Amino acid sequence: MKAGGLAQGVFGLVALLVVAVAWGVAGCGEGNSLRVSAAASLRSAFTRYGAMFGHTVFSFGGSDQLAAQIRAGARPQVFASANRELPDQLFAAGLVERPVPFATNRLVLAVPAHGARVSSLAQLGRPGLRIAIGAPSVPVGAYTAKVLARVGAEGQKIRANVRSQEPSVDGIVGKLTTGGADAGFLYITDVTAVHGALRAIELPRTARPAVVYAAAVVRGGEEARARQFIAGLLGGPGAAALAAAGFGPAP
Amino acid sequence: MTAQRASGGLFTAGLALALALVVGFLALPMAGVLVHVGPGRLTGSFGHQVTLDALRVSLETTAIALALIVVIGTPAAYLLATRSFPGRSLIIGLIALPVVLPPAVAGLGLLVAFGPSGILGPALHSVGVELPLTMAAVVLAQAFVASPFYVGMAYAAFAAVDPTLLEAARTLGVGPVGVFWRVAVPLARRGLTAGGALAWARAVGEFGATLMFAGSFQGVTQTAPLAIYAQFGTDLPGALALGAVLLVVSVVVLAGTRVLRAW
Repeated sequence: MKAGGLAQGVFGLVALLVVAVAWGVAGCGEGNSLRVSAAASLRSAFTRYGAMFGHTVFSFGGSDQLAAQIRAGARPQVFASANRELPDQLFAAGLVERPVPFATNRLVLAVPAHGARVSSLAQLGRPGLRIAIGAPSVPVGAYTAKVLARVGAEGQKIRANVRSQEPSVDGIVGKLTTGGADAGFLYITDVTAVHGALRAIELPRTARPAVVYAAAVVRGGEEARARQFIAGLLGGPGAAALAAAGFGPAP
Repeated sequence: MTAQRASGGLFTAGLALALALVVGFLALPMAGVLVHVGPGRLTGSFGHQVTLDALRVSLETTAIALALIVVIGTPAAYLLATRSFPGRSLIIGLIALPVVLPPAVAGLGLLVAFGPSGILGPALHSVGVELPLTMAAVVLAQAFVASPFYVGMAYAAFAAVDPTLLEAARTLGVGPVGVFWRVAVPLARRGLTAGGALAWARAVGEFGATLMFAGSFQGVTQTAPLAIYAQFGTDLPGALALGAVLLVVSVVVLAGTRVLRAW
């Protein structure tokens, strides 16, 4: 009788475990919430938009990492990237609907607001400076590579000062705000989002790359709500939140 | 009687089910990495510069970290194991803490302690040392998370040495350095080696604190785990291949420590 009680107890525990896991998995989806995978640089704008749109959960990170997750089988309902190439690739692979460009941004040179060792792009090649940029695979790093290719011989000297290739803008912001790096290439919206901790130095017009954000509905999910979310980015509360965060309108 | 036997069988079945769940849950991801890669792709990935650089950085930094841990950790553990002094148990607890500390907290802590605006930042700056984003920062992050594994096991190994043997050496006229070096260390060598192996494995796997404190730069600060994360976005097969290398390293370390303990 005692052993029988124990057996029941073990089964109860295992059943409880299975139920807990199932519940936890369901919880990851937050019930009927819209799941949005978005570039880290969209955090402040999308968080604000999400509060107005209602029932949204976000996963922010490097656009390349988020795209890789979708290729590996992750199924958010919306993918918003800091470039057009990654959503286009997923579209070509049949994983998302046709991408929609929804905003533009501007790459800048960012330095700590206080005690900066750099005040212009021309000083960036000075020996001993520590620069943090994005990894080549993440959009902010790809845009930075374009800038460095356009500033001629100076680009080589700047490259020699690069000390870290970060997986997303978050890492670059962190290295700058903690004083680990003297300068970094970020979007103007990242500088705005940290409320005065960083200062933006504009790049020469001829060196500036075109930064276009595109979003796409991920196939096989709740596509109607996802389309509604993306529509709101082009006009409505989403567009307002993007403008407030410093993004430019869709091209 | 039969009812009791039946319930006993049911109980064993329940235990077996629980064990099957544990084994399946733990083995599937590890087997998955190996199956996804395959031996051909594994050897092919050694042609990638990113992979080679990452393995070289990992080997160099963990070798330095392990050397520092052993050189400083061994006498520290010996003191803890052979002398009693006030605050000793507090120190033992403090040393064990990084084992359970989340690596992100370790990264923050290292920045706050050794970063430019940290506690020792101005002092380090005045002697021309800037730690963040350097290979030295990688070594510090690894040493921070890994040293408790070595010091903890070294402490246990020294504590397990029969004090009468040390006493006998002393009465035979061996000096304190000789007792430590020629008696205690050889007697504790298995525990010391196992501790060193575990600490090294933990250092090889370090990710969060390294990314926060040392950044990620190919050939300088990008260790194997950071390269896996960086490659995941663009080259999943490459990331899996590097993951398989680390998995094999883990198996070898674990098997080695098992052999050491049984030896």
